[in-house]
Amino acid sequence: MTQFLQQMINGLSLGSIYALVALGYTMVYGIIKLINFAHGDIYMLGAYIGFIVTTKLGLGFFPALVISMAGCALIGVTIERIAYKPLRNATRITALITAIGVSYFLEAGTQRVMGAGVQTFPNVLANETIMFGDVRISTQQIVIFSVTIVLMVALTFLVNKTKVGRAMRAVSVDPDAARLMGVNVDATISFTFAIGSALAGAAGVLVGLYYNSINPLMGMLPGIKAFIAAVFGGIGIIPGAMLGGFFIGVVETLVAGYWSSLWKDAVVYLILIVILIVKPAGLLGKNVKEKV
Amino acid sequence: MKTMKKAFMSALAIMMAASLAACGDSSSDTPSGSDNSGSNTVKIGLHFELTGEVADYGNAELKGAKLAIKQANEAGGNYEEVIYDNKSDTTEAVTLAAQLANDGVAGVVGPATSGSSAATYQIKNDAKVTVISPSATQIGVTLDPSGNVYNYVFRICFEDSYQGAAMAQYAVDTLAKGKVIIYADNSSDYAKGLTEAFTEQFKKLGGTIVATDYYSKGDTDFNSVLTKFKDMDYDVLYIPGYYNEAGLIIKQAREMGIDCEIIGSDGFDSESLIDLAGASNLNKVYYTTAYTTVGASDALQAFIDAYKAEYNEEPSMFSALAYDSTNLLIQAIEKAGSTDSDAVRSAVENIEFDGVTGSFSFDETHTPIKSVLVVTLVDGVQGDAVAVSPDVD
Repeated sequence: MTQFLQQMINGLSLGSIYALVALGYTMVYGIIKLINFAHGDIYMLGAYIGFIVTTKLGLGFFPALVISMAGCALIGVTIERIAYKPLRNATRITALITAIGVSYFLEAGTQRVMGAGVQTFPNVLANETIMFGDVRISTQQIVIFSVTIVLMVALTFLVNKTKVGRAMRAVSVDPDAARLMGVNVDATISFTFAIGSALAGAAGVLVGLYYNSINPLMGMLPGIKAFIAAVFGGIGIIPGAMLGGFFIGVVETLVAGYWSSLWKDAVVYLILIVILIVKPAGLLGKNVKEKV
Repeated sequence: MKTMKKAFMSALAIMMAASLAACGDSSSDTPSGSDNSGSNTVKIGLHFELTGEVADYGNAELKGAKLAIKQANEAGGNYEEVIYDNKSDTTEAVTLAAQLANDGVAGVVGPATSGSSAATYQIKNDAKVTVISPSATQIGVTLDPSGNVYNYVFRICFEDSYQGAAMAQYAVDTLAKGKVIIYADNSSDYAKGLTEAFTEQFKKLGGTIVATDYYSKGDTDFNSVLTKFKDMDYDVLYIPGYYNEAGLIIKQAREMGIDCEIIGSDGFDSESLIDLAGASNLNKVYYTTAYTTVGASDALQAFIDAYKAEYNEEPSMFSALAYDSTNLLIQAIEKAGSTDSDAVRSAVENIEFDGVTGSFSFDETHTPIKSVLVVTLVDGVQGDAVAVSPDVD
């Protein structure tokens, strides 16, 4: 039982990261139906911004988190303006290929600028262990979990209760109708990219802090896992991405903990396949006919 | 042989004199005539992992190799390095091997890792390019698929099996351990070889393998597996793998309260291990290596001083092995008196080499005969080194 609880804590910490990255996938998909494969690399850039800010400027964890989120928001908007906006009326496959191109550009560019090797993220937050009976939780795990929850609550509030959130929902339902109603569609899409990228940036800093190892290719696998999390919960649906992220993190941990770590990725992909067969719209998704 | 060498040396002397004369009064800058890089310059290929996953090894080896070439040129040689970066990628390494065979190099040093090395040996061997591998430790890597030794391929490090067996011997004899958990990298032949050899020797010495689990290259989260290990009954943890993951495993294990001895292989040998694991977590950590600065010989000390003067940092095992490999190749070329591939090859095969990582000659598999060192880390710093020779058949 102790071990199970311990594994759940490990799983939720890992799941928090997936959930934060998955939110960006799902929001961008929800609004322009683009699977932004460069999203995992934004998460990587977030980690690098945090790394530079903490090592070169000597700032602490929370300033680094905020700066990294702001930096990633800016990068996300820039990418959208340069790479995706000109293709908004092109076929979906064109935008998808472009996203893969952007992903490679960011990876190779970071390798060129920051070096290809692993960098050590400084230990900017004292890591202490708190014991609950035999279960140990580190302060870093608590920080990861609480930052994730706070950001999710803030996002839910933003989407459901604010004017800009209403604009986002309107554009995601029907961009043309939204434009007729006076919604600035371009600004809303940019805003969506900014929010999604900021969340990925936060995840990057959290991962840097938790594992203290970052490298230019660190976004690839978590990017794919987060994408699976988004699909699992129903792509385009915000609570679905949160649920999916935590679920994938916990499943991965339990498979490694009770079976073999060689199987953890296989099981995650197997879940994806089963979901796509049984419930293509995702766990929380509704089967709606696509308007053509 | 001797007369040939003499002839070669005098030819070299005449050529250098000519180049000095040609350079006129600017000759003091370039005594070896780098602007005279015509057909008399001996090209040495340096084929390493300079970017990508194991860039630390490749760059350390490149620095060692370049230092050897620089010193040879200062001593009157005329060598030019041709640098190849395989990006830590096997496919890339194969492409480069084909390219370098066409570039007319007299010999090649590298790559650093067994995987990339094994992929390129056949091509280099077919092209009759002599290869000296500084650190390709994989079992049988110098043998072709049918078990015959590659004529042109040599390595100056011991095999994984030897290293794994030595660690098992050390764990049982010196650390007095009997129950081990192995947590191995499943994506490298290097770790697989170590795991097999360690398992076999540890069992032979009466130990029990409590569990064996695997991680993949690039993994960062080991908490779930370590949590599983924590409740098991064992007294030592063996991590055959490279520093990138090993550093994080050690950190996460120590933070979780796993405070038993952790043992590993020369994949631990990197400055990055301290950065990743944290110095305070690197106690009761032991690893096998071919090189240590603890109790350095005079030759080694001279190398360390020259390396520090050149690069302003401490050399690692990999720089030392590459330094030895390059020197060995240069010695063989000078002994052969030509860059003819067969002459160089047979000079290497019969060499009695005296280097900074020890003195050795090659056995019939083109692998050197030397003993393994086990290094103890105290707060991340090498505290002690013992030579171990496992009883293997």
